Amino acid sequence: MSDRERIRRPAVDDEVVDRRDAQPGVAIDSQEIDDLLDEIDTVLEENAEEFVRNYVQKGGE
Amino acid sequence: MAIPKVLGTETEFGIQVVGDPSFNPSLASAMVVNALVDRRRRVGWSYDAETPRRDARSPFADGFAPDIDGAAVNVVLTNGARFYVDHAHPEYSSPETLDARQAALFDKAGELVAHQAAEVASRLLPEGQRVALYKNNSDGKGSSYGSHENVLIDRSLPFGRVIAHLPTFLVTRQLVSGSGKVGGEMGRGPATFQVTQRADFFEEVVGLETTLRRPLVNTRDEPHADERYRRLHVIVGDATMSEVQTWLKVGTLAAFLAALEDDALPDDLALADPIGSAWAVSRDPELSGLLGLADGRTATALDLQWQYHEWLVAHHRRTEEPEVGSVLDGWADLLEDLERDPRRASDRLDWAAKLRLVEGYLGRGVAWDDPKLAAVDLQYHDLDPARGLFHRLVAGGRMQRLFDDTEVAHAAEHPPTGTRAYFRGRCVRRYHDQLVAANWDSLIFDTGEELLRRIPMMDPLKGTEALTGDLLDRSDDAAALIDSLGGGT
Repeated sequence: MSDRERIRRPAVDDEVVDRRDAQPGVAIDSQEIDDLLDEIDTVLEENAEEFVRNYVQKGGE
Repeated sequence: MAIPKVLGTETEFGIQVVGDPSFNPSLASAMVVNALVDRRRRVGWSYDAETPRRDARSPFADGFAPDIDGAAVNVVLTNGARFYVDHAHPEYSSPETLDARQAALFDKAGELVAHQAAEVASRLLPEGQRVALYKNNSDGKGSSYGSHENVLIDRSLPFGRVIAHLPTFLVTRQLVSGSGKVGGEMGRGPATFQVTQRADFFEEVVGLETTLRRPLVNTRDEPHADERYRRLHVIVGDATMSEVQTWLKVGTLAAFLAALEDDALPDDLALADPIGSAWAVSRDPELSGLLGLADGRTATALDLQWQYHEWLVAHHRRTEEPEVGSVLDGWADLLEDLERDPRRASDRLDWAAKLRLVEGYLGRGVAWDDPKLAAVDLQYHDLDPARGLFHRLVAGGRMQRLFDDTEVAHAAEHPPTGTRAYFRGRCVRRYHDQLVAANWDSLIFDTGEELLRRIPMMDPLKGTEALTGDLLDRSDDAAALIDSLGGGT
């Protein structure tokens, strides 16, 4: 399949690019995620296997 | 010109009684809904306008009674919402709102309502047990329960155009609507981490069902309004906890449908295999996979979302709706971050936040099949602020918010002002002793006369604060209200 047949993101003008560059998303920081997991561990159900096994739902909608 | 987009969300909560593996989910759901009866008063639901089997493809083929099995437990709330037992789940159907921000607010208010109800219900249980509610869509074992969006559209829009255009939009919108899942279900092929809870459960492109062979385009034609309108029932999209995500999920859908009504979408971008593509997009959290279009072209889900963004921005230049403008900006920021690295959106998207947690544990040596990851997946959605992992992320400042707690608490008690939900909610609060039944499009009062009095509300855009606020303020009882309105029926 030729590249011409691939739909690509439409080009945007410079003003839009500038605005978006000024709004960086979440930085990926390994120390931060480590702290987060330590905190999560304090609230996570102790017996994960039983907790997950007991969660059985009937379908809905 | 597109009609105003009246929006609502419907959430079926997952439920379990922690400490009692043999709990009965219908009974537990009834306990949760009944917990609100004292505080909100119990107002019966009137089923005379329900036609869930009516099909948008053949509008004259009514038939089938509404399914009221298990739905006898019903509360109409002072914010205009309905809270009831749907089969084996408590369900919150939000009041009708006029824009995506309000829709997200009243969706979030539903979490507060449900959590408070669960806390009251838990007090009736033996020591050590509690009712836990989860705003998710799958038990990880092959059962799914719904999260639906309803959008008012113009009945003059041929339904065939909805069928042509909507599937590709919904399949690619999964990047915005997913809440993330560890593993796969329903034999759809291997999966480690999925963008959505729901994709595995879709099997048809178009159909009337919602409980089996689920379709991308649901043709349920229950307008709950007069003949000018159709109430599109969208069943693709996860229940989302992130406020920003819910806002963008609903807001992009509403903007898309307005553009469709105005014939502003140049191409339907039909996929060669919509269902296979839905499964593939969900299984591709790095967002690199190519989808095949029916005409032979290819594109990533992200690039198709960018294409829709361009068209909706062009449409917006004509309409200049301010709220839609902020949705389009927020959507662009989100797509930009997803393009660089999906983890950059972990402060706005449930699936990206969950992916970071899962990857963190993988980095600590936890294996993909370790129950701990499934527990993280489930507990992310616990409505209890002390236990739910989403709530822990919010408390740690790791999720962006749109609302503060005061706004959410207010929305749990008071209706939106710009639709008939205002009139419904105010009547529940002010005339609850005389209000014997309610549904989306009418209220039925017992004013002490021989006959019950019914107030029809067939236009979702009437019954607003501007139109009825003063009238409600000065009507001391339902009889006075009905007389002022011209008698009712």
